[in-house]
Amino acid sequence: MSGVRVLVGTRKGAFVLTADGKRKDWDVSGPHFAGWEMYHLKGSPVEPDRIYASQTSGWFGQLIQRSDDGGKSWTQVGGKFEYEGKVGDHLWYDGTPRPWEFKRIWHLEPSLTDPDVVYAGGEDAAIFRSDDGGQEWAELPSLRQHGTAQDWQPGAGGMCLHTIILDPIDPQRIFVAISAAGAFRSDDAGKTWKPINKGLLSGEIPDPDKEVGHCVHRIAQHPARPDTLYMQKHWDVMRTDNAGDEWYDIGDSLPTDFGFPIDVHAHEPDTVYIVPIKSDSEHFVPDGQLKVYRSRTGGKDWEPLTNGLPQKDCYHNILRDAMAVDKLDDCGVYFGTSGGQVYCSPDSGDSWSAIVRDLPAVLSVEVQTLS
Amino acid sequence: MSQPAETRGAAVTADATTIRVTLPAHLRTIAQVSGEVQVEVPGAVTQRALLDALEAAYPNLRGTIRDQSTFKRRAFVRFYACEEDLSHEPPDDPLPDEVLKGKEPFMVIGAMAGG
Repeated sequence: MSGVRVLVGTRKGAFVLTADGKRKDWDVSGPHFAGWEMYHLKGSPVEPDRIYASQTSGWFGQLIQRSDDGGKSWTQVGGKFEYEGKVGDHLWYDGTPRPWEFKRIWHLEPSLTDPDVVYAGGEDAAIFRSDDGGQEWAELPSLRQHGTAQDWQPGAGGMCLHTIILDPIDPQRIFVAISAAGAFRSDDAGKTWKPINKGLLSGEIPDPDKEVGHCVHRIAQHPARPDTLYMQKHWDVMRTDNAGDEWYDIGDSLPTDFGFPIDVHAHEPDTVYIVPIKSDSEHFVPDGQLKVYRSRTGGKDWEPLTNGLPQKDCYHNILRDAMAVDKLDDCGVYFGTSGGQVYCSPDSGDSWSAIVRDLPAVLSVEVQTLS
Repeated sequence: MSQPAETRGAAVTADATTIRVTLPAHLRTIAQVSGEVQVEVPGAVTQRALLDALEAAYPNLRGTIRDQSTFKRRAFVRFYACEEDLSHEPPDDPLPDEVLKGKEPFMVIGAMAGG
């Protein structure tokens, strides 16, 4: 019988939540790596029992863990991430130059075709690749060495490369997003990169439509329509239909277009999910009400989804990597909150219930659909 | 009751010294040990030689105490021994006699930070 495995990274460990296809009764495993910040866990689409995990600590640095049995046991693999070649400067918060300094891995993206190949997005922003199951890592340096890099700057969470999308059709094409630099595309498997930020407007930088400097929070793609990307920017929800060459705003009708996560329904490329947050100074949902917003028209119209979500005295945030969708016939939607809840909707967002309510603050949520 | 110390490191030779090392909880987990460890350090026992031997005996600790490339102590890690802070001592200076004689452990500490 089919089922799902939800991989949850939190401020104090990782948790693995499993259920059958009904997604009603859940088994909770964890905490794995108790006390460590688990920024992200993600399974290989080729070998689902292979899971990569980013384990990090401000005290003790970066480690990468790998499981080959679906999260039951783990092996510490490589944790050595070095910038290649000259380490340049980026902008600090006050506008002064500051050298790149590696801090942690925010996001792991396993290859769509090879279980030993995995990409990692780092802070300070860089993309790394391992070809041996996470043991050894090498930077794809031309991104960090891009001619605009001296104008990149950290968002409030740091200057992180948080989104990596491996194109399902064109193996040469990779999309990444960096806060606060913007989105970039490679058409040659990471050898060269092009900023794809035309159409973005950001009031937080002196020139609002500059080529780089935009605080992109997340981008998402449906594999059946790879030229269409959806973006949750610091402010603004955006869409492109030409692989990032031009973006347009699809968030004007929302109560607020600030937020972090964005994701696309597994079977409906025009169905998009976001969680609006009140503002960049109050990182919690508006009016104490947790509402997921769904568009079934590719961003033309949005509807609030509230069935089963708290509508009183709720002041959580949902971080950029903390939303995911499964691929079951009735697409499941999942997200985790800063208050430690992980919610599941087994019916595309129509109704929600909490799988767990009292985890540490959730940093990331991924889901694997198991046959 | 304290756990017996585990000894790892270079084969015991005439010029090897057994050094007691305590690790913070997170690193004990990573090293898969439950208490104090003992490390055989060949030659002159300096901070650098001890950390080299410790990382050789427990490879999972590489990068957690010192940066893997520069070998500099991580900013929020401290080294104490004999009620002294050795964090800023030159890495090639000898460790205190009491540590060399096994009377005192070399302590790897996660610095206090935050609330």
